[in-house]
Amino acid sequence: MIRQKRTQKNYTPRSKLKVIQKEWYLNWQLYLLLFLPISYFILFKYVPIYGIQIAFKDFSIIDGVWGSPWVGFKHFITFFTDYRFFNIIGNTFILNIYQLIASFPIPILFALSLNAVNCKGFKKTLQMITYAPHFISTVVMVGMVFIFFSTRTGLFNQLLVGVGFEEVDFIGTASSFRHLYVWSGVWQSIGFNSIIYIATLAGIDPTLHEAAIVDGASKFKRLIHIDLPGIMPTAIVLLILNSGKILNLGFEKVLLMQNDVNMQYSEIIATYVYKTGLKSFIPQFSYSTAIGLFQSLIGLIMIISVNKLSQKFSESSLW
Amino acid sequence: MLKSSINETKGDKVFNIVNYSILFAILVVIAYPLIFIVSASFSDSLALIQGRVWLFPVDFSLDGYKAIVDHRGINMGYLNSFFYMFVGTIVNIVFTVMVAYPLSRQDLRLRKFFTLLIVFTMIFNAGLIPTYMLIRQLGLINSRLVLIIPKAVNAWNVMVTITYFRTSIPKDLLEAARIDGCSDINFLCRIVLPLSKPILAVIGLFYAVTHWNAYFDAMIYLSDKTKFPLQIILRDILIQNQIGTDLAMTADPETLLMRENLALLLKYSLIVVSSIPLMILYPFVQKYFVKGVMVGSVKG
Repeated sequence: MIRQKRTQKNYTPRSKLKVIQKEWYLNWQLYLLLFLPISYFILFKYVPIYGIQIAFKDFSIIDGVWGSPWVGFKHFITFFTDYRFFNIIGNTFILNIYQLIASFPIPILFALSLNAVNCKGFKKTLQMITYAPHFISTVVMVGMVFIFFSTRTGLFNQLLVGVGFEEVDFIGTASSFRHLYVWSGVWQSIGFNSIIYIATLAGIDPTLHEAAIVDGASKFKRLIHIDLPGIMPTAIVLLILNSGKILNLGFEKVLLMQNDVNMQYSEIIATYVYKTGLKSFIPQFSYSTAIGLFQSLIGLIMIISVNKLSQKFSESSLW
Repeated sequence: MLKSSINETKGDKVFNIVNYSILFAILVVIAYPLIFIVSASFSDSLALIQGRVWLFPVDFSLDGYKAIVDHRGINMGYLNSFFYMFVGTIVNIVFTVMVAYPLSRQDLRLRKFFTLLIVFTMIFNAGLIPTYMLIRQLGLINSRLVLIIPKAVNAWNVMVTITYFRTSIPKDLLEAARIDGCSDINFLCRIVLPLSKPILAVIGLFYAVTHWNAYFDAMIYLSDKTKFPLQIILRDILIQNQIGTDLAMTADPETLLMRENLALLLKYSLIVVSSIPLMILYPFVQKYFVKGVMVGSVKG
């Protein structure tokens, strides 16, 4: 309404400057509110982007970002030709794709299953309890994995021995890293990630179900033909978002779970950036920034291409 | 929905049985570790080592909690974390509202430009090293502010809040207030905020959780032990097995074994104690989750 009134008033042609002046006069308080947060975004999100240029320079603290000499793609080439390159890239992709495959459909199935429950009390309890692990911090989560899967005192091994199996040293076995990482993540996120699907299911038109019941559709058939298509658009949007994050998901958790034994499976781009950039005795700022930039670019390309694919094959997309 | 329970077919009954069994299995798998941790923390360390704790506490004891009370690092970390969470969350909420309200107003000329500016930061970031160099240049290294200022707003939460303001604050309200001579800031404080309690509760919880659980920033930016948040101390104890000087350091093998057992018990108690603040907060906000998450994640 307000907008309409103003355009009517401004119908007689005026100079652009006056329009802007008037806008400022009407909304100056809104711009005042915006000032601090927008400065935050510019300072902490855009100024570092300016710093990315050191990926193409030999950065030295004395010369600063601006004064250091340009070296082109030297650092990228160093990384691409490093003997660990394929191992690191492979780990990054395998870990994230494994995680995506395991943790994407399970909340959907859980939501569908929960939606078919008639008993309200059971439903509420189940939701309440399955959301709780989401609030456990990464540090505690990794600590729990270590405690539960340790030899001798670990609950899981005590169970194994109790049933008559041999003890397994999960933490000391390199190849179990991926499974521990992914399935502890599923355990932690199944409830919380299902919230959105549960909400979407609640929004499905009940007359669809009524009509199907009249036609004699079983509960299972209604789940497949009404509920599942009903949440597909939501699922696709979330899939796009997740695939964009594919390269920087769960960095902190990997770092915490990493040890000398599982390095062969657990070294990913993000942990490598951290180690070469900040943790080593001679920090290689430029090299590390180059690898980080490489990772961000792949993430950006992924999100754009998955979005394109989704536009082509279905109606839903992010933009 | 129709009352289908009266005329359930055989297939529906089978479906129900299968469905309930699956859900019950999920419930057990998720709840059991949680219950076990709590029970273990109240048990005697010997019973724990011998594997006699399965569901309820065995040989009830508070040794683990006593060890926590005596541990200086944990106490200090706890206080520090409360400080970071409290101050940080207030800053977060104020900043989020300050940016989200103007951007929710359709009549703001530069709205689209500013929104794009924020959305872009969600899909592209500069990475670890350039951010670290900026923080260092700003002189924030080893200052308590480093855990608050660089995390003052979260773009995702801003988008959620914008959508909430746009969809649930009627435009007529603004007009009515304007006719009465109410300014924008006044309108925001007196009318919009009281109407937005659900979303403020949800993003407040999300921010609080982030602050309470954060460890990475503290790890790379802080070196002064008195400023460490709880998570850093948790990492030392839970993951790197560094219990602290007051528990280790002895040559007597029997005492050593006892201390080792106590160390395990301490871990369980520590998990409980470090999760308590959020577990208290969470049931109060839980009812708003669905709305909050829904508003934010899928547009339209």
